[in-house]
Amino acid sequence: MTAVQAPRKPSHGPHSPDWKNALFVAPYLFFFVTLLVFPLFWGIWLSFHKADTFSSGPFVGFGNYVRLFNDKVFLQSVGNTFYFVLLTVPTLALIGLFLALALNARTRTATVLRSLFFFSSVLSVTIVTLIWRIVFIPQFGLLATVYGWFGATAPAFVSDPNLAMIAVAMATIWWCLGLPMMLFLSALQQIPGDIYEAAALDNASRWRTLTAITLPSIKRTFALVIIIQIVLQFQLFGQAWLMTRGGPNNVTKPIVLYIYDTAFRRWDLGLGAAASEVLFVLILLAAMAQYLISRRKEDL
Amino acid sequence: MSAEIEIRNVSKSFGSAKVLENLSLSIPGHEFVVFLGPSGCGKSTLLRMIAGLESVEDGEILINGERIDHLPPGQRGVAMVFQSYALYPHMTVRQNMTFGLENINVAKDVIDARVADAARMLEIGHLLDRKPGQLSGGQRQRVAIGRAVVKEPNAFLFDEPLSNLDAALRTRTRIELAQLHQRLRSTMIFVTHDQIEAMTLADRIVVMNNKKIEQIGAPMEIYDRPATRFVAGFVGTPQMNFLDVTAARPGALGLSVACGPKLSIDTAVAPDVAGEVASLGIRAEAVSLAAPGEGQADGVIDVLERLGDRSLAHVRLDDGQMVVANESGQTRLGVGARVALRFDGTKAHLFDGAGKAYHGREAAP
Ligand SMILES: Nc1ncnc2c1ncn2[C@@H]1O[C@H](COP(=O)(O)OP(=O)(O)OP(=O)(O)O)[C@@H](O)[C@H]1O
Ligand SMILES: [Mg+2]
Repeated sequence: MTAVQAPRKPSHGPHSPDWKNALFVAPYLFFFVTLLVFPLFWGIWLSFHKADTFSSGPFVGFGNYVRLFNDKVFLQSVGNTFYFVLLTVPTLALIGLFLALALNARTRTATVLRSLFFFSSVLSVTIVTLIWRIVFIPQFGLLATVYGWFGATAPAFVSDPNLAMIAVAMATIWWCLGLPMMLFLSALQQIPGDIYEAAALDNASRWRTLTAITLPSIKRTFALVIIIQIVLQFQLFGQAWLMTRGGPNNVTKPIVLYIYDTAFRRWDLGLGAAASEVLFVLILLAAMAQYLISRRKEDL
Repeated sequence: MSAEIEIRNVSKSFGSAKVLENLSLSIPGHEFVVFLGPSGCGKSTLLRMIAGLESVEDGEILINGERIDHLPPGQRGVAMVFQSYALYPHMTVRQNMTFGLENINVAKDVIDARVADAARMLEIGHLLDRKPGQLSGGQRQRVAIGRAVVKEPNAFLFDEPLSNLDAALRTRTRIELAQLHQRLRSTMIFVTHDQIEAMTLADRIVVMNNKKIEQIGAPMEIYDRPATRFVAGFVGTPQMNFLDVTAARPGALGLSVACGPKLSIDTAVAPDVAGEVASLGIRAEAVSLAAPGEGQADGVIDVLERLGDRSLAHVRLDDGQMVVANESGQTRLGVGARVALRFDGTKAHLFDGAGKAYHGREAAP
């Protein structure tokens, strides 16, 4: 009976779209559109208008953007954000990689240490900043105590304009280290064991094994970690707000804090929206640049 | 460029599971030795112990008279070809081959010459700048062999290198490996559970089973004079027929054994082992078909496997025992046909209760 079948309709071929399948993505799609796509376009629309909380005023063209780029505080916040990304992203990637290499073992110690290093990631930003404020408290904080043992005075991390951003970066690195470490660990565990055996038979030293076998095998993960961290760290807000309030003298004020100040404290929604779009483009560019660089040396 | 390998009283366990027990084996230089045995019998483990990828917990391994079981893998002068090939995925074929040489600071021109030689020999010259991911399985296989060849090792270790290839390519590569051995004259150890590979490649076969070596011998010796019932059953296709022996008494040629009430076979085995004999083994090629009543036992063909050049008749004897007999490829007999079996007793083997084999004089090679 089944031997003779009506020819299948092309729309039911294995690769042709079947609208029933859309049903499965519909719930996600709904939230994606309402919570991400709609605000994105609304934000773009808003950035071309003079708007406050009570009314969206007249269309002002690029007026908000012109004001934005004449605002020294905004330009400073862009610089601050780049500085912060530069401080955190490479450090996170390198320390994460180092920890993953050191803890990629099946011993009990390694398992415990892995959990320990990942533990900070589950804390909320409030707790993290609280912990680091305790570390940085002048005279009584952890740092001051440690310096005290050596008869030295700890630098005033949070209040020194040259060090404040470094303090925020340190707290951030401690907080965010778990994810890169875990990504690197899972990448390391994907490397087939037999190529290490082949390398041992090939007389490769430990260093040579690391540089010629391990690192090339996790290149893609390295690029992935960098992209994820750039996207995340460009959005610095909580740590800066809770540790330094953007001070001293706006040196730790990142773009998101500028947006928050402008839009929700000075109620200049149009300007805030314009700043948001600039941040959006920056993140997009960074992610794309990273993607292109990692794609250029395509290998199988 | 070839090594004598001596394995003395080697044992190995993983946790509480004993894998190899007090194994000794000596391999002269130039020899092509095949470790043959069923899955899980410890062939790879033994090979990896020689390579240095598994520790030796008891006993010693010597290459050219020097103990090497404490040396790191790279310093033993052996090269290994893995079943999975284990090529470095991010390196080109050329880099895969030069990696091991660069690590021991071989001069650049020497490296180039060796790579060129190996590439010519294995016909992979046009693949040198590709990555392993851009090669077919057979090509990867050649690269893996090339990577071993350029090292000019004292001994090559192969762990089932052909098992990922299709049948045609496997046959071709098998022949090429034999040629490679003739050209290089290095000691080669080859692990397989495929008896055809073992028979065709080996100077000597080491049959392993259940932590131990069952027999060491030239292929035809293993085939004609298996030392144990296990070897007799493991080597040869179709599997040797085994019949339980119910009685044994001296006969015309040697020992005459009864396998059930109606079947009696005259073997060439010396009669003095009569008391020990527990079973009889006879290969299909020593059993032929005849018209009913004209052989030692009658039965019915249950299954007929047509292999082209010959057929294998699975005959159910009247007393219920199954025997596989050789029949010509053109046979007109079919399933259900009534036939008689003729056993060539001179080619039969007898086994005692522990599996030890006794052979007749006629069965000698
Ligand atoms: N790393 C290991 N840990 C624990 N047991 C192991 C390990 N390696 C091998 N074994 C066990 O040792 C025994 C022998 O393994 P081995 O790989 O040597 O078998 P083999 O003869 O090569 O089999 P195959 O033909 O399937 O490759 C098996 O029972 C296996 O389960
Ligand atoms: Mg194996």
